[in-house]
Amino acid sequence: MNAPAKLPRWAELGLLPLVNLAAALLLSGVIVKVLGESPWAALKLLASGSLGSEENIGYTLYYATNFMFTGLAVAVAYHAGLFNIGGEGQAYVGGLGVGLVALWLGGRAPFLVVLPVAILGGAVFGAAWAFIPAWLQARRGSHIVITTIMFNFIGSALMTYLLVNVLIKPGQQSPETREFGATAFMPAASDLLAKAGIDFSPSPLNLAFVVALGAGALVWVLVWRTRWGYALRVAGQNQAAAVYAGISPPRIIVQSMLLSGALAGCLALNELMGSQHRILIDFPGGAGFVGIAVALMGRNHPAGIFLSAVLFGALAQGGSQLSFDMPKINRDMVVVIQGLVILFCGALENVMRAPLAAVFARLAGRREAEG
Amino acid sequence: MLDEGGAAVPAPPALELRNIDKRFGAVHANRAVSFAAARGSIHGLIGENGAGKSTLMNIVYGFHRADDGEILVDGRRVDIGSPQDAIAAGIGMVHQHFMLVENFTVLENVVLGVEGGALLRGGLDRARGELEKLARDYGLEVPLDTVVAELPVGLQQRVEILKALYRRAEILILDEPTAVLTPQEAEQLFRMLRLLRDQGKTVVLVTHKLREIMAVTDRVTVMRQGAVVGEVATGTTSPRELAEKMVGRAVLLRVEKGPARPGETLLSVRDLEVRDRFDVARVRGVSFELRAGEIVGVAGVSGNGQSELLEALAGIRMPSRGGIILGGRDLVREQLDPRRRRALGLAHVPEDRLRMGVVTGFSAEDNTILGYHDRAAYNRGLLLNRPAIHAECEREMAAHDVRPALPGLRIAAFSGGNQQKLVLAREIDVDPRVLLIGQPTRGVDIGAIEFIHKKLIALRDAGKALLIVSVELEEILGLADRILVMNAGEIVGEVARADATEEKLGLMMAGVKGEGHA
Repeated sequence: MNAPAKLPRWAELGLLPLVNLAAALLLSGVIVKVLGESPWAALKLLASGSLGSEENIGYTLYYATNFMFTGLAVAVAYHAGLFNIGGEGQAYVGGLGVGLVALWLGGRAPFLVVLPVAILGGAVFGAAWAFIPAWLQARRGSHIVITTIMFNFIGSALMTYLLVNVLIKPGQQSPETREFGATAFMPAASDLLAKAGIDFSPSPLNLAFVVALGAGALVWVLVWRTRWGYALRVAGQNQAAAVYAGISPPRIIVQSMLLSGALAGCLALNELMGSQHRILIDFPGGAGFVGIAVALMGRNHPAGIFLSAVLFGALAQGGSQLSFDMPKINRDMVVVIQGLVILFCGALENVMRAPLAAVFARLAGRREAEG
Repeated sequence: MLDEGGAAVPAPPALELRNIDKRFGAVHANRAVSFAAARGSIHGLIGENGAGKSTLMNIVYGFHRADDGEILVDGRRVDIGSPQDAIAAGIGMVHQHFMLVENFTVLENVVLGVEGGALLRGGLDRARGELEKLARDYGLEVPLDTVVAELPVGLQQRVEILKALYRRAEILILDEPTAVLTPQEAEQLFRMLRLLRDQGKTVVLVTHKLREIMAVTDRVTVMRQGAVVGEVATGTTSPRELAEKMVGRAVLLRVEKGPARPGETLLSVRDLEVRDRFDVARVRGVSFELRAGEIVGVAGVSGNGQSELLEALAGIRMPSRGGIILGGRDLVREQLDPRRRRALGLAHVPEDRLRMGVVTGFSAEDNTILGYHDRAAYNRGLLLNRPAIHAECEREMAAHDVRPALPGLRIAAFSGGNQQKLVLAREIDVDPRVLLIGQPTRGVDIGAIEFIHKKLIALRDAGKALLIVSVELEEILGLADRILVMNAGEIVGEVARADATEEKLGLMMAGVKGEGHA
């Protein structure tokens, strides 16, 4: 019966996420205190670890690149009214497409040829992995949340099989491919900036960051500025109105999931071509799931996704520094802190909204009374 | 109203509200509303959609809490914070949308929440005896052991009333009770209400239908824009006076129109059958023709196949049998979707505006292109032509007097009437030959009704063929040149407007076959 409380636009987009973040950090501080460390020192470590040096910033943005791809994937599906939990699997299988192209063309063709073909490879493989759940949802009504979760497991098992039995570099133990040829390496940010005469410490940050920004711009144009995006949003918000307007919801389901999978599939441009230079077991490392939180917090808008991807990148990078320097806070505690951020920014968003709206209402009332 | 200091103070009103004030954010839903209903009377509460009637009654029933003001029952102040409090104070409410568990029996529904113990048996037996007595006293016979889903709507409503009486309600609030009833069922309801009144109960009837107020109430309170604008004895007023109070200016209650001059047949429907997803036939063997320059009205109690017929014509549902011929093409055989039907000159204003006609999260201008988003005028290469869409929306708003004229405003922020004007504007803007309109004025205020009705007559006179489906008989009688009556998926009769009366149509709606139709 109660509609969500109304806030001014700037507070809705700027203040509310900050209040949520502060609440999450406050609770994290309590946990850190209980573990016997100083919350203040932990916070400082988190900040300096993620933003304190050029190298750390590079790492933060490198992680953020992964989250941008998966976050955009979740957002596109969201606008079509679908909850794509399968970003992890689509990124993983998409990585197979990127990796095969890189193994095939790396060292044989120049980078400017490898890059578009690799993007295509990642997009096609990622889209293919999203296609089956999409088709099942569109034609058979199988719930996409269930099927995409299943396809994460199937994708993971498939990749393990391929890496262990087919793609493994002969004569080694760990299930990973040979290294890509050098022309399939994403140019590092430090190298690119050096060419422009800017000195930037080496880090895994690479050209894929720019590709991700481009993908964000593309998503914005597609969703908000084309007739296809219009049909997508109509179908996502009101299926009956879509049918009334002559838009076919099943078709939109398939099309949007193809785009969603393609975006997730591009994660490997950053992770494999940009950093690992080979296909290896479980390289998405949960980025597909973080993408859900990133999209949620970024209001499913590319600009918001960029900001929240950077935040989660900072948490990932700062968190590993934290666990390194504070032995009592291990890797798992960092995941707990991330979880709290997701909880407050996503699930509990409306908890903070009501008190904030009350504050605004009181302020407005006072202004009215004075005026 | 009441002079408390007077010597000869009459019995206090059964329900009295003093200076009730309620805001929802920026919306001032109730402004210092005072209201009193005398014991043993039927008191009408009338006003347009959004006038604050429902808010007021929801405060009385404990769904909302007033920001200010007090509620008195029999002269005693009561504090109502929940429906439980309201029930304890002797207030019962029958909602527009019934609050019944469909797969429970009548008896189980009535005792729901007041079972009187952990085990059902004793409670049910006690309830049965009491209900049989109530049914005798008030003429509220209902089969107690029938599952509610199997009852006709009129009887379901009776169950709701029984529920309230079983909870010892002395004050009964009915919110738009006749929306789902045939005229005959409505008449039965009114008889029941009079009986309740004569036994000393107090009835508050919330409605926007002037006819009902005149037919059954003793006194009536009129609300406009959150405030009470008048209270009169029903016997001393007229529908015209009430309408003017509701709207705040003089209104035309009857639609002015000349005789129809039907031309060539534009749409013909042959032996149409539509099945729902459970494979039950909802439209059965419907045939009719629609000609240029006429308005054909489809009357019927809601749920008798009109919605399915309309959706089949618009291309939203595929019929299982039959043909729909428009411009020499069979839309059924060719399986044309709504978009291609629009291209052939078939426009559609859907029955349920908010569910189908608009996307509530979109701005007005984004809703302007719903169904037409791939027209060349709205696109520039691969991209939508935003300035053109904006200009089109501004033009439609000006032409149809939509207020506020802000294309960027979310459609949900407009009143029902302005939303409907926008939908109508969108559909007639492309100059269709055939216009299908479901519930042209559902949830639309009187001022806008007048505007929309005039527009529809003008379209007819311009040679369009209009098919209007409405559950408001008055509207059908006011607009249509020819009336088709549907019952249980069939057309049970066709009546020329000149021969149609409310009684005749009502009988046909209830399934009694009309003349002149096989």
